[in-house]
Amino acid sequence: MIRLASAASFALVLVLSLGTMCAVALRADFVAGIEASDWAALKFTITQALFSSVFSCVLAVPVARAIARRRFPGRSFLITILGAPFILPTIVAITGLLSIYGPAGLLGRVASFAGFAAPQVYGLPGVVLAHVFLNLPLATRLVLQGWLAIPSERLQTAASLGFRPFDLFVHVEWPMLRQVLPGAHVVIFLVCLSSFAVALIMGGGPRATTVELAIYQSFMFEFDLGRAARLALLQFILGIIAAVVAWRLVLPADFGAGLDRPPERWDSQGLGHKLLDWLVIAAVSTFLLLPMAMVIVDGLDAIGQLPTSVFEAALRSVLVSLASVLLMLLLALPIAIAVSRTSLASAALAEGVGLLMISASPMVLGLGLYLLVFPYLDPVMLALAVTALVNAATSLPFALRALIPALREIEANFGPLADSLNVTGVARFRMLVFPRARRSMGFAMGLTAALSMGDLGVIVLFGSTDSPTLPLMLYRLMGAYRIEQAGSAALLLLLLSLFLFWLFDRGGRVNAAT
Amino acid sequence: MKSFFIATVLAAGCTAFASADQPVLTVYTYDSFVTEWGPGPAVEGAFEDACECDLKFVAAGDGAALLARIQIEGERTRADVVLGLDTNLTARAAATQMFAPHGVSADWDLPIGWDDPLFLPYDWGYFAFVYDTRRLASPPDSFGALAQSNTSIVIQDPRSSTPGLGLLLWVRHVHGDEAASVWKELSDNIVTVTAGWSEAYGMFLDEHVDMVLSYTTSPAYHLIAEGDETKKAAAFVEGHYMQVEVAAKLKTTDQPELADRFLEFIASDEFQAVIPTTNWMYPARIPAVGLPAGFDNLVQPSTSRLYSSREAAEIRDVALAEWLEALSK
Repeated sequence: MIRLASAASFALVLVLSLGTMCAVALRADFVAGIEASDWAALKFTITQALFSSVFSCVLAVPVARAIARRRFPGRSFLITILGAPFILPTIVAITGLLSIYGPAGLLGRVASFAGFAAPQVYGLPGVVLAHVFLNLPLATRLVLQGWLAIPSERLQTAASLGFRPFDLFVHVEWPMLRQVLPGAHVVIFLVCLSSFAVALIMGGGPRATTVELAIYQSFMFEFDLGRAARLALLQFILGIIAAVVAWRLVLPADFGAGLDRPPERWDSQGLGHKLLDWLVIAAVSTFLLLPMAMVIVDGLDAIGQLPTSVFEAALRSVLVSLASVLLMLLLALPIAIAVSRTSLASAALAEGVGLLMISASPMVLGLGLYLLVFPYLDPVMLALAVTALVNAATSLPFALRALIPALREIEANFGPLADSLNVTGVARFRMLVFPRARRSMGFAMGLTAALSMGDLGVIVLFGSTDSPTLPLMLYRLMGAYRIEQAGSAALLLLLLSLFLFWLFDRGGRVNAAT
Repeated sequence: MKSFFIATVLAAGCTAFASADQPVLTVYTYDSFVTEWGPGPAVEGAFEDACECDLKFVAAGDGAALLARIQIEGERTRADVVLGLDTNLTARAAATQMFAPHGVSADWDLPIGWDDPLFLPYDWGYFAFVYDTRRLASPPDSFGALAQSNTSIVIQDPRSSTPGLGLLLWVRHVHGDEAASVWKELSDNIVTVTAGWSEAYGMFLDEHVDMVLSYTTSPAYHLIAEGDETKKAAAFVEGHYMQVEVAAKLKTTDQPELADRFLEFIASDEFQAVIPTTNWMYPARIPAVGLPAGFDNLVQPSTSRLYSSREAAEIRDVALAEWLEALSK
């Protein structure tokens, strides 16, 4: 039963990733070769991803160090906030960033008041800025984990040897960074490679067009399926190469075991170091929180006067999001249960599924599905269903990451007992797996719900004109320059995404004490 | 909760049933046409009074993206009429074989002769850069002067927007094979390229840029609707490119008679009288009431430029590739 279900899940994932890729490859038009503007898009895609990942990682080092070295009220809040951009709808983040760095933003107004020219945000700077905003938190968390993994015994030894901060950096911290940073760098590079919404809004024209955006333009503006498919194939190859590199680069950290004592920092007690850390913490908090505060402030004004069409779009998005959650469970649970009962070989297979879905880009998926489905069904009618399915599939790697370890533990601890009592099938799930895996299931469901709620990917390709989702509606309001309504729609989207995440994540924890 | 759901479904079913005896005519158009200050509401009211039908405007992006939208939806499209293409797109649109003849004849007041059997003109105008006299005392008077200045502009993407495509052909019409180098020089003046006209014009009004690509008739809006005399179109010595906006019926329409009535309505006084003060363009046929005051002081181009629709289709791909390459740098 489980075997069959997990095979079906695998098959669906394969159809979604490799099937769409085949459809795209068959349709790709190479008669004109790879055009100059294709190369420009490819070059820009790699350039911005490189800049974005390097900046995110370099900035993450002082931030993670400051958080690791200091104890302060709000520290755990800051660490929680570092997880938020992951579930933050990209288009909401962009709205917030534009209200600060945009032509009419806070920074521009301050600059013009002081007599300087307003900074130009559109193009490479804007794209990199948005990517750093979205990925610095992820980089910081990864690096912070590295820092916290340094056993306190090490720091004790270092202190007894009279290490100064510089010595500590050279002998303890740098080796840790050398292990952690390449992985963080490649993960962020991979995420930025398939960037769409950021380039769509912050790009400012042909000089900052990612391959994803070029696919969208070829399809939506010119209906040039041959070119769109050619670009999609390029994007797919790019994603696969980067994913393979990522897979090889993620190294295990090895510091020897410690006794998990809370680390105490005998170094860095000097005033200069303290000042530096506080400055870094203040700067990163401002950088991350101010745009979100602006979304709330700008959105509050007109939220009561939003047209009903926006609320209809919101309802549609919530339903799509719930459907994504359901589909994700149907896909992830069989795989996770099957993997947790078997050897490491199938675990590698699950990792492979994860990589396939991470490197599959929304535009390639969307275009491939359009090509596959169009001859038989109306893609516009399927837009919402496809959005739910694609988001379920793209959330799969994160869901598996959360579920597999939990299920493995359950199997290891209670599997033999359940076997001896002959508790199998649905009863085993209901009585054993569900109660114990609830926490990670809740987290995975919350993540999927939030990602799906804020998705501005495949929906833009064949989202119908009269029944858009909330992110698509928000993009259209921005396009029609209804700035106030767009601001309020952004706030609504922010609240709904966070609420859905909270609801599921919380639901997984209720009665956790019993 | 369940009963609420059932009630909602029932209610939705009833409304569908109630409006079932009122035929629906679906018209795909661009964003600014359907805004409350655009022509949409007045046109809808006037036509629905006469037709006993439900006229439904669907905003499907800017003019040029409209054509792609129809192609994406293919024969299943729910559009009965498309309103918002222009002569630079009609050859490409005709090639899709998706449009049917309009069968309307009228005494047009267009600056060019009209004999297109598929596409019906509804208004026209000249592209121009609009500026604010308080912020820009002496605007550039040619593409060369604009490129030399540090005047910031926002333009629209020629792939999605008809003004964007118009500018592409304007530069090409003036500068011929030198167009690519003109774009290279212009690229540092361009703050951003928007997908549609509305966003670009909004950025100009919020003073994010010095000039915006729009029409010689745009200042009439500020003058008539707002009593604001500070918005002007920059007259270019090399002349201005013209736009004739058109509508057409889809072959696949399930409301062919209604669609025909709507196309006839477009040529009527009622529709044409609404155009100048809502779409802020010259009407394709001057209605009995004439043009509103304020339209007589607008920039009159020294030279009026336009490619035939066949030429425009031939030039477009080359011009677009030049534009993409120049602005990719």
